[in-house]
Amino acid sequence: MTAAELQGDPRVGHAPGAVRGVEIVPLRGLPIVGIVLVALIVAIYGNWLWALDFFHVVGGGLWTAIDLFVGLVIGPILGRLSIPARMEFSARFMPKMVLIMPTLVTMTLGSGFQLARHLGNLSAGSPNHGWLVASFIVVGVMAVIALGVLEPANIAVLFEMRRPHPRPAVIAKLMQRFIYTAGVTGVMQIATLVIMTRLAS
Amino acid sequence: MASSVDAERSREPTAPVGAIAVGALCLIVVGGIYLAAHIPGPVSLLPAYILLVAAFALFASAVGLLWRLPDFAWPRFFQVGRWALLAYLISAGMLEYVFVLDRVPKPELVLLTLMLVVYATDIPLILAFTVARLQTPSP
Repeated sequence: MTAAELQGDPRVGHAPGAVRGVEIVPLRGLPIVGIVLVALIVAIYGNWLWALDFFHVVGGGLWTAIDLFVGLVIGPILGRLSIPARMEFSARFMPKMVLIMPTLVTMTLGSGFQLARHLGNLSAGSPNHGWLVASFIVVGVMAVIALGVLEPANIAVLFEMRRPHPRPAVIAKLMQRFIYTAGVTGVMQIATLVIMTRLAS
Repeated sequence: MASSVDAERSREPTAPVGAIAVGALCLIVVGGIYLAAHIPGPVSLLPAYILLVAAFALFASAVGLLWRLPDFAWPRFFQVGRWALLAYLISAGMLEYVFVLDRVPKPELVLLTLMLVVYATDIPLILAFTVARLQTPSP
């Protein structure tokens, strides 16, 4: 949706006021993130197969599921809501994603690299090496989209909502990034599912 | 309302700082994939060094463009940037920890560490610029 379309949207009416209590990073969640990261460091240090498997499967499963659910289910619903409703939802949803997604990504990639080393898949002679390199490429594409495009937009939307008079056009423009990248992210996540199930078979 | 929004939006910096910094991130990711696809075996480091130098050049030009912006919300930029820097230093530290623990050979380790330095400074730049460019410049 363009800014011009948004300004002509009868649902907008007027620029809604700031959504109260918008926090950029939910501080209450930081101890949980800390515990997860410490546990991950211990698992990598111990090089325990079960612990590495646990972090990789749980982190990767949640990362893929959340990405697909948000892109294919939440996103289209959000797109049909009024601007104030979108802002109310986003003000509560996005700060949680600021903590959840980087934690899941760190869990998945940290344990995944160590797991690949543990199982010998990193070695060029491994029959799984090609699949592993394919997974690196998929993760690389997703990393650029997430770190270079979506996360900055996410944080910028939250700062915009803290203004006394948030500008719906600015929020809509930033949210366009999620719409444009949803297709690529969806394809990459499905490719991840194919590669990972192939590696585990 | 629309005119005030337009007026505020017209003050947004147009320099392609974000796009250039994302370009640097792409090069670092490609370099990382190249190295990760080859280690622990033998690997030519030249392509990875070329990617690293190109990424650093893009990062430096993004910083240069940013520095020359006339009206910019610097307090907000530094507020977001320092917290993002802390977060990505932790993230880069985790990766460095894995590489050291796995006894990655020293030449590759040096290269990966330099890539992580660009990674840990480039992403906070992207985050802070994206937020600050939409804020009202400080007087």
